[in-house]
Amino acid sequence: MPEIMVNDIHKSFGAIKVLKGTSLSVESGQVVALIGRSGSGKSTMLRCINGLETIDSGSMTVAGHALDANPKHLRALRTDVGIVFQSYNLFPHLTVGENIMLAPTIVKKAKRSEARKAAEEALKLVGLSEKFDAYPDMLSGGQQQRVAIARSLAMKPRVMLFDEVTSALDPELTQEVLTVMETLARKGMTMVLVTHEMAFARRVANTTVFMHQGKIWEAGPSQDLFANPKTPEMRQFLSADVK
Amino acid sequence: MIRSLSWNDILFFLDALRWTVLLAAIACTCGGVLGLGVALARVARSRSLRTAAATYIQIVQGTPVLMLLFLSYYGLSLFGYDLPPMVAAGVSMTIYVSGYLGDIWRGSIQSVPKQQWEASESLAMTRRQQYQYVILPQAVRISLPPTVGFMVQVVKNSSIASIIGFVELAKAGQLINNVTFQPFRVFLIVAALYFCICYPLSYCSRRLERKSHA
Repeated sequence: MPEIMVNDIHKSFGAIKVLKGTSLSVESGQVVALIGRSGSGKSTMLRCINGLETIDSGSMTVAGHALDANPKHLRALRTDVGIVFQSYNLFPHLTVGENIMLAPTIVKKAKRSEARKAAEEALKLVGLSEKFDAYPDMLSGGQQQRVAIARSLAMKPRVMLFDEVTSALDPELTQEVLTVMETLARKGMTMVLVTHEMAFARRVANTTVFMHQGKIWEAGPSQDLFANPKTPEMRQFLSADVK
Repeated sequence: MIRSLSWNDILFFLDALRWTVLLAAIACTCGGVLGLGVALARVARSRSLRTAAATYIQIVQGTPVLMLLFLSYYGLSLFGYDLPPMVAAGVSMTIYVSGYLGDIWRGSIQSVPKQQWEASESLAMTRRQQYQYVILPQAVRISLPPTVGFMVQVVKNSSIASIIGFVELAKAGQLINNVTFQPFRVFLIVAALYFCICYPLSYCSRRLERKSHA
């Protein structure tokens, strides 16, 4: 069974229809990149996958959890699905270590020693072991984003979602975050990422999905899709990318 | 008979200062607890709770503290509750503080960026855990300056209790002035004693703000 199964979902914000019957299937260990113009529904789709937005119709199963409005079910789903945001969203009053240990200790009821060990491992993976006791405001944007990734990883999720995680970073910091994401992909983590980094999507994602006007316009293996876009909308979108 | 200021008058001021501090402490503690409830109700998901809290805040803020004092002291006596001045002052100041702190803290909670709610929600926290570990610690830091500023006001406004015969610092100043007729000296001492209470409050607030990382 696919790790993520999205069937014909619709989502509107007031009169604006953002998702108009979108379906997606992601196998375990697969990396899927969602690309498209701003306002095409990519981020909304991603946020629906972990229940941050409620869908109007359709159905979804993520990491074995059928998505519904029940708060308990949503929390169970979120223990298995991590999400990293564009603006990092670290907790500013807690140190890096406390940021990472908080959810495992209070949500998963892990012992502090276990949570600390998991936090140290996650920090090592993102290359920030020495920042355990630092506060977020003492870190660069790239470092904060890597801590945000570590915070999600400490929950030991089955699926990771990335919502334009490098959009607020300069090219150098972008690269350090992308390197971490590539490491995760190589380790077999199931990932869905909304990105404007076309070269990264082409190189790392198994599948790329081009979204346009709230629908999946084109989807397929990344190399094929980027080499031979079939629709004029995707061709036009790719031609605007200077990389 | 007019007499000069004596050491006994200073002791009398210090005794009155004790009552000022006690009244302010009761008002801030009880008003703080009630105010936290009001603030949480004001940002609750339930519309009726939000409306009830908003109405409470509007009524308290729209009523002079003097009226609250009269209502608790004289009003309740009509129903057979003969409250001592200290209790009446404590009750009215508690209501007054809860209305203002509830609103200050409501604003502080709403000032925590929405992304903090989302981040904690996406980590599978319950609403209570979100408040306890993520939102309230940040809201406390945001609320420190206005809260302490308001507490300083409470200390000074406690002088209003003198109207129902409660002898706190301002009332003690009036009494001593009546027998010494040295208003400048007397009220200079009273002002200095108020400053001794209020300044450390502001100083601690600044230190706490610097220490917290929110």
